[in-house]
Amino acid sequence: YLLCAAGDFVKMYSLATEETLRLMGGHADRVTGIQLNPRNHMQLYSSSLDGSIKLWDFMDGIPIKTFSVGPKLLALYALASCEDSVFVIIPKSGERDTFQLVSVKLTKAAGQDVEAKELSLVLDGVDASPKHIAFGREGEYVASVKELNLQVYFFKQKQLNRFSVSATKTKGGNNHFTCIACHPTEDCIATGSADGKIRLWRNFYHKKEYTFSTLHWHHDTVMDLAFSIEGTSLLSGGVESVLVLWHNESDCQKDFLPRLGSPIEYISVSPDGALCCTLHADNRITIVNSNLRFSKSIQGLIKSADVKTGIVVDPRTKALVLNGEPGHLQFYCLQSDQQLFSLDIVQRQYIHQAGLNQADLVKVAFSAQGKWLATVEEREEVTDPELQLKLWFYDEETQSFKLNTRINMPHEDHITDMCFRDMDELEDYSLILVTTGRDCVFKVWVMVEDTDPEAQQSVSWSCDFVGSYHNYQAANCCFSEDGSLLAVSFEETITVWDSVTWDLKCTFCHPPGKIRNICFGRLTCSKYLIGATDCGFLCCWNLLSCALEWSAHLNILVLQPDPLSEYIAAVSWLSKESSLFVFKPNEPRPIYIQRNLCKEKIQLAAFVPRDEPEMIGSEKYLWLRRSQLFFLTDTQELMTLSTKSLEDRLTPSSKQLAVEESLPVTPFSLLLGKHRRQQSQEDTGLGKLVVQNKNEQDSPAVKELLHTPAHVLPSASFLCPIFINSLLISKENKSAEEVADEVEMESEKTEDDSDEERDVTEMEQEDTSPMELLGEMTYKLSKSQEKELRKIRKIDYSWISAF
Amino acid sequence: QVIPGHESRSVEALCWGAGGRLFGAGLSGEITEYDLGQLRASCSLDGGGGPIWSMAANSSGTQLAIGCEDGSVKLFQVVPGGIQFERNLDRRKGRVLCLSWHPSDTHIAAGSIDAFRVLDVCSGQTLQRIMVSYQVQKVKRECVVWSIAFLSCGTVVTSDSFGRVQFWDWERGTLVESHTVSTSAVLSLAVSEKEDSIVVGTSTGATYQFQLLPVKMGSLEKRWVRTKPFQHHTHDVRAVAHSSTALISGGLDAQLVIRPLMEKIQKKSYDAALRKFTFPHRRLVSCARKAHLLLFQFSQHLELWRLGSTDETGKDGEVLPLRRMPEHLLQLKSKGPEHIYCSCVSPCGGWVAYSTASRFHLYRLQYEGDGISIKKVPKAPKLLSPAYQLQFSSDSSSLFVASARGSVHVLQLLEPGGCRHLHTLRPPSGCSEAVYLLAPSADGHWLAAVSGDWVIHIYNLKCFKHHCTVPTYDCAVSALAIHPDTNNLVIAYSDQQLFEFSIPEKQYTAWSRTVQNCGLHKGWLERDSPITHITFNPKNPSHILLHDTYMFCVLDKSLPLPDDSALLLNQSTLKQLPESARQRQLHAFKICKKFQPLLFADLLDGNCLVVVERPIMDIKIQLPLPVQRKKFGT
Repeated sequence: YLLCAAGDFVKMYSLATEETLRLMGGHADRVTGIQLNPRNHMQLYSSSLDGSIKLWDFMDGIPIKTFSVGPKLLALYALASCEDSVFVIIPKSGERDTFQLVSVKLTKAAGQDVEAKELSLVLDGVDASPKHIAFGREGEYVASVKELNLQVYFFKQKQLNRFSVSATKTKGGNNHFTCIACHPTEDCIATGSADGKIRLWRNFYHKKEYTFSTLHWHHDTVMDLAFSIEGTSLLSGGVESVLVLWHNESDCQKDFLPRLGSPIEYISVSPDGALCCTLHADNRITIVNSNLRFSKSIQGLIKSADVKTGIVVDPRTKALVLNGEPGHLQFYCLQSDQQLFSLDIVQRQYIHQAGLNQADLVKVAFSAQGKWLATVEEREEVTDPELQLKLWFYDEETQSFKLNTRINMPHEDHITDMCFRDMDELEDYSLILVTTGRDCVFKVWVMVEDTDPEAQQSVSWSCDFVGSYHNYQAANCCFSEDGSLLAVSFEETITVWDSVTWDLKCTFCHPPGKIRNICFGRLTCSKYLIGATDCGFLCCWNLLSCALEWSAHLNILVLQPDPLSEYIAAVSWLSKESSLFVFKPNEPRPIYIQRNLCKEKIQLAAFVPRDEPEMIGSEKYLWLRRSQLFFLTDTQELMTLSTKSLEDRLTPSSKQLAVEESLPVTPFSLLLGKHRRQQSQEDTGLGKLVVQNKNEQDSPAVKELLHTPAHVLPSASFLCPIFINSLLISKENKSAEEVADEVEMESEKTEDDSDEERDVTEMEQEDTSPMELLGEMTYKLSKSQEKELRKIRKIDYSWISAF
Repeated sequence: QVIPGHESRSVEALCWGAGGRLFGAGLSGEITEYDLGQLRASCSLDGGGGPIWSMAANSSGTQLAIGCEDGSVKLFQVVPGGIQFERNLDRRKGRVLCLSWHPSDTHIAAGSIDAFRVLDVCSGQTLQRIMVSYQVQKVKRECVVWSIAFLSCGTVVTSDSFGRVQFWDWERGTLVESHTVSTSAVLSLAVSEKEDSIVVGTSTGATYQFQLLPVKMGSLEKRWVRTKPFQHHTHDVRAVAHSSTALISGGLDAQLVIRPLMEKIQKKSYDAALRKFTFPHRRLVSCARKAHLLLFQFSQHLELWRLGSTDETGKDGEVLPLRRMPEHLLQLKSKGPEHIYCSCVSPCGGWVAYSTASRFHLYRLQYEGDGISIKKVPKAPKLLSPAYQLQFSSDSSSLFVASARGSVHVLQLLEPGGCRHLHTLRPPSGCSEAVYLLAPSADGHWLAAVSGDWVIHIYNLKCFKHHCTVPTYDCAVSALAIHPDTNNLVIAYSDQQLFEFSIPEKQYTAWSRTVQNCGLHKGWLERDSPITHITFNPKNPSHILLHDTYMFCVLDKSLPLPDDSALLLNQSTLKQLPESARQRQLHAFKICKKFQPLLFADLLDGNCLVVVERPIMDIKIQLPLPVQRKKFGT
């Protein structure tokens, strides 16, 4: 089994099947370190930022004990030689950014929750990263690195030796230490530094006659080091994505495992020495044999540096499609939380080097049936960008996309938007692709039959029409539902073109402000064209009358129509929070408003069609019946809206079943207690829930947000005002005109003890009719809450007045 | 000091015998003893086994073992006045490239191609023969054991052409440890006296240190660990030595590097700095001040150049156009296989003298317009021993020849081309070592001579009598000169001390005493290379011009000496200061580091300073190509 800390959870993977076997949740904050119990290999210690250490039986997934320590625990180490204590890194009280290593005595008192307040200082002035401390042979000494200094503390002699290396600054960086590892049987410390050198220190019990040798292969920071179990070899990894195996500490004998895909963050060796695994920056675990052969990989949604393509839904597989590995397109299945496949678009070797401009994928579009895929890649150059438009054909035989046409420099400048004409019923040859570019034109590409008899394919793509408008830069393009009209936005103006004759039909504009997004209405609302400008207006034009139907003052960032219904989702960004509005173009009133969706800017959104329409009782969620809405924020969190009410979800989640499906595969830490930040936030209100799986560095996948673990619910005191608020709003609904079901989204962390959470769970499960209960609770409304309410009401009115 | 080379006599191995005797052996097949006093080969004996590849002395220095081309190891006894063949040890096929005695003198390890042997000294038998060959995919390649060391614990350390340093248990014939340090050959190896550290030199120019370190704290199990790499050379490191505080390495790139081991040195001092020696600390260039000629000494020939000149003047930093290009006047090839030891051109440019180990030559040069004619001076006196230094008097009327046993011969030069031995100056108390530095005074009255025992004798040339001896200072004299006006002798020692000695008063001058009381600047004392030449500014008697390999310095005696807190190299900062502040900041040492490496600097008459630079790149392009290494990022 492979254990790994992911967010608030500890995950257990099977090495045989790469499946997530178990998810152990219980910490209220991010898990910072995990260690196998050195005396019982079926038990696991985990530490968390919430200041507690938990002992787990990971085979059954049961927490055995909880030791509450108090301060934030930043890393955890357990030693076989120290019977009843573990070592943790805590922040030094009263000082910022200074940390100390302390040993915590774990009392053997009975009971599940034990206080462990007996701390004794071991080392002062250590670094916060768990990679900066290592325990030596049989726990005789502890070594810590910080910046340019190496400290070694011998437990028996109580002797502290400090060594430092002189700073060298090259233009690439410095030589600060980045990681440390200790030889398991000999007195040898390996340190890695930011300039790529690995130093092997020996004889360090003498203050003066210490000596070190240097291994240098990495050209950039050494991210992690690990000795093999016997200590005969040393593994190192860095941004080169190459795992290096050094034999016998020799500079000349080394083996490589290259092309691991992305920078190596952590390396861990299994206790039997047969396997080692590397953890990558793009959210992946690679398992490697002891003879340095690639064995398996555990991966979920690949995190890429920048999601330039947006999230697009593949019509064929219903998978989310977005940037994956550099130059690759990943197809990510939301239902199974798996990457379906990765399509290499750029087809060039990726070189890991800072400052090197690499060609990357910027735009993706699918035809309606998913038969054609268009991609745009560009290489960022200051003077002239290198652009390529590629068209891929889905090959039924190989079940993959095949390159059909490659067009070099389709536009003179960056391509801003691209879309296919979505016409389900028409045959292939009516497919049209439109690209807009900053070179002030939009181009129409059509399929032509290949006249060349030697050509292997029957069709290829070529340019059919080039349109421009007053030499403005073209920004967006969009086909109407029946494909007869094309809307192209040129800075402040939207132009509508006949897609058969390519005549300019009419123009719309809503000065001031450039058009940011446009889309046509669908089904019953297909006569409407929606546009959002960057000075904060959402406009709806009637295409029949060519007149402005309505407009609203909203700073819309994302405009996303549901392909299966007439609803359009718009995400606005106002005063540092994102809000969601869902509306039908034919009426200026939104159907659904979700204020304060999250604190981050939402950059992308996509409707994913459901396999079968869901039965939704509440009228407010009718728009979610056929599709599900997903958001990607600029910190690369993936979120969704759920329709199920709270108690529906509590039942499965309290059993902790199927929970792992709702979590992103964030295999950040392995047995050695390595971690990554992941927070699971959830907010409740009148039976709605948003699960945010927040990840600092990668975009987690949310497949089934509905299964929210009960134990991570906020406390009762926290839930109360929300319930009361919502109740009041419903009353207002009757009295006042229409007040949107206002939901206060609380994105604060749930910082409660698991015990309290359990109570909450029980409480929630008891009330079968929450409305009744809440009704009884109204009298508890305090004055302060009333004030809050009034404030909310003000906000609401201001918004309504915008219409 | 330099023992001049001999073309047919290459030196493959050097070792010290008992009583500080130096022996060398080479591919000529001869073992040569060098007379360190007279700086020449004193006696040589044919080894009788073809070219000698290696030689090692036993721990007491009484026996020499040589390894020959024919695979034999021969023992020689060091006897007073020479060496004596003792016996042959067991002969096997394959040249013996390296030898090492066991510290107890009972066994010898001998490395050859693909194998090394351990020989018993008493019986002469081969006790063990161990193959070190190396198989790569069934293609057997020759593995050369370049260097070997026998440790007292019975471990034999070998270094071979595959870049491996291997540790063998010779009795069992097993490999204990093997370290691959390089992809190219490991050529040399040296063990420290305590046998806890080994230094090896490779053909890539890198040297590595191995240390014997305990595996665990407090445990007795120890292991050799490769620790520090040093890259000071660009070419093969042919020889390494391990002193108690430093690693010394020398190689094909003609550099000698002393790398101190920081952990062995208690305090930061002169010893704690890395030293690199590229050039011999000798005068290889001489200058005819009046005729504007430069004479360059090479190992087998001399070159005479006339300096170019210009009419223009310019500001600091400008390069002026030349009116007349420098002109190569003469190339003088020495006869015979011996190398030129010293040479000199007279100030008027009319005489050139040079000396090899056995012969002395004097030439008369005559200039006819642009042409030049050279005539060998006949009947040059047969000097008893070779000349160690040559110096013309400032009026070009006489030549001083430094000779063995502390004597200086004075030759009178006669027109149109003759010479006469005038006198031989000898130190009153006698001296066994040769004179290696001479300094005549400008008025022709005095001559200072330094012999190998570092005693400076001053002679009166008017009456050819010994005048006085400068008080002895326990350090080698690196340069000396007599001031033209005051007849003060300025002496620079190799520990960077400066003294001024008044010849007429036979005592140190007041300035010299102040220097000694105040002490010189720390930065000055910690410089790498010694002063190799001293000259004076005739316009300003308080100016002394000194130079070493990396800088030249105008020492102004009228200005205060800098204390340790002041900046020694202050010329660039002074330029930026206003006039008043500059006056306060001035100190006696005005150093210019513009020309590096500096071979020679001298003042010509007429306000000219001639500086000879020898760019290291010029030397390097004459060397064989270094081992190619890929440098990352290029």
